[in-house]
Amino acid sequence: MVEKEMIKGWDKNEMAQKAALDIPNGAYVNLGIGMPELVAGFVPEGREVIYHTENGLLGMGPSPEPGKEDPELINAGKKNVTAIKGACYFHHADSFTMIRGQHLDICVLGALQVSGQGDLANWSTGAKDAIPAVGGAMDLVAGVKTIYVITKHITKNGDPKIVEKCTYPLTGKKVVDRIYTNYAIIDVTEKGLFVKEMAPGVDFDFLQKHTGAKLNRY
Amino acid sequence: MINKIIKTPAEAVAEVFDGAVIMISGFGEAGSPIELIHALIDQGAKDLTIVSNNTGSGHVGLASLIEHRRVKKMICSFPRTANSTVFPELYTKGEIELELVPQGTLAERIRAGGAGIPAFYTPTSVDTPLAEGKESRIFNNKEYVMEYGIKADFSFVKCQAADRYGNLIYNKTARNFGPVMCTAATTTIVQARKVVELGEIDPECVVTPGIFVQKVVEVSNPADESKLVAENRRYPW
Repeated sequence: MVEKEMIKGWDKNEMAQKAALDIPNGAYVNLGIGMPELVAGFVPEGREVIYHTENGLLGMGPSPEPGKEDPELINAGKKNVTAIKGACYFHHADSFTMIRGQHLDICVLGALQVSGQGDLANWSTGAKDAIPAVGGAMDLVAGVKTIYVITKHITKNGDPKIVEKCTYPLTGKKVVDRIYTNYAIIDVTEKGLFVKEMAPGVDFDFLQKHTGAKLNRY
Repeated sequence: MINKIIKTPAEAVAEVFDGAVIMISGFGEAGSPIELIHALIDQGAKDLTIVSNNTGSGHVGLASLIEHRRVKKMICSFPRTANSTVFPELYTKGEIELELVPQGTLAERIRAGGAGIPAFYTPTSVDTPLAEGKESRIFNNKEYVMEYGIKADFSFVKCQAADRYGNLIYNKTARNFGPVMCTAATTTIVQARKVVELGEIDPECVVTPGIFVQKVVEVSNPADESKLVAENRRYPW
């Protein structure tokens, strides 16, 4: 078992690539801060995808060339970005009308924990000395039609991040549709968690051993 | 003649009083009216409640206002960002209040405040700690949380260009909370990179109609907050 514990599965680029393959042509997509941002780099050629950033831009492009940064053109992570041809700017209430009003197709977010029912905890560990900060996460999970989570399968301490019940404060209840981890792609359905694909070297028993909620095979 | 143009930031913020509720535009540094905030630090009003998405960076702008102990309470969605140390330190010591609001709920509460809507229901935050103690209601078999509109005594907003009627256009993602904040304050004070003649802003392209703006001051070369933070500058200079 020792060597099995060493299984790394997919790296973060491969995880991002897996998620990118599930983004259809024409989708309006919001990518969360961190690993989700990598997804944009792997959308297959020929698919036109429009990226939304909640601070007021539809049609977000890649990072600017060095020296071309504009402090008034940033993304939700406050990083410099560009605007594609056909982009538009809007104010915050309109931006969250797009989000909460179910106009966006897909949101890809990171997670601290996901439950077997699709509950998501990704904004706070609930630690007493932490400064609480939520940003737009609760609005995104409440409003975007499809929520993908991209995350390591286990924590640095080896604890499962997919759990029976989240112990961290929730971002939203029953909101996650699919989870991309370094070990597997897992669908969240009314009938529970279903394993869609496993990374090379990962088998079902190994996956279940490192998952805190019951997994099912398709 | 209607002329909302004020000569200096100091004159523009002169009437701010102790205990005022002030909305401050910006998402990080983009759209933050740093010269108006600095004028307010000089002016001295205290016990303020500030509505703004973040709490500022370094020791300039909103972070400096907080550092000068002028702010009693922050209403915001994300009080800790890179280079934000002033607010976290005071909050940890229990010396500043925080009302944490999801970002879309914050925007909508401001929009509602400006639109004469006292409260509304939203799906955001249902079943989370941020819904605790709030009224909720079921519509079409789904639960929604009631949130109140917010109004302010003053809004401080940064824009790209303004005319003497107070019509405004913005610059890229620096628009963010500006347009909704303009609608929600008794007195909206705007710093514009450029003051233009009437008619120079195409009526089809006006983002904030002048009726929502009371005062405009031209600040043609606004400070670049991230540069000030990188140079570890402190206000007052």
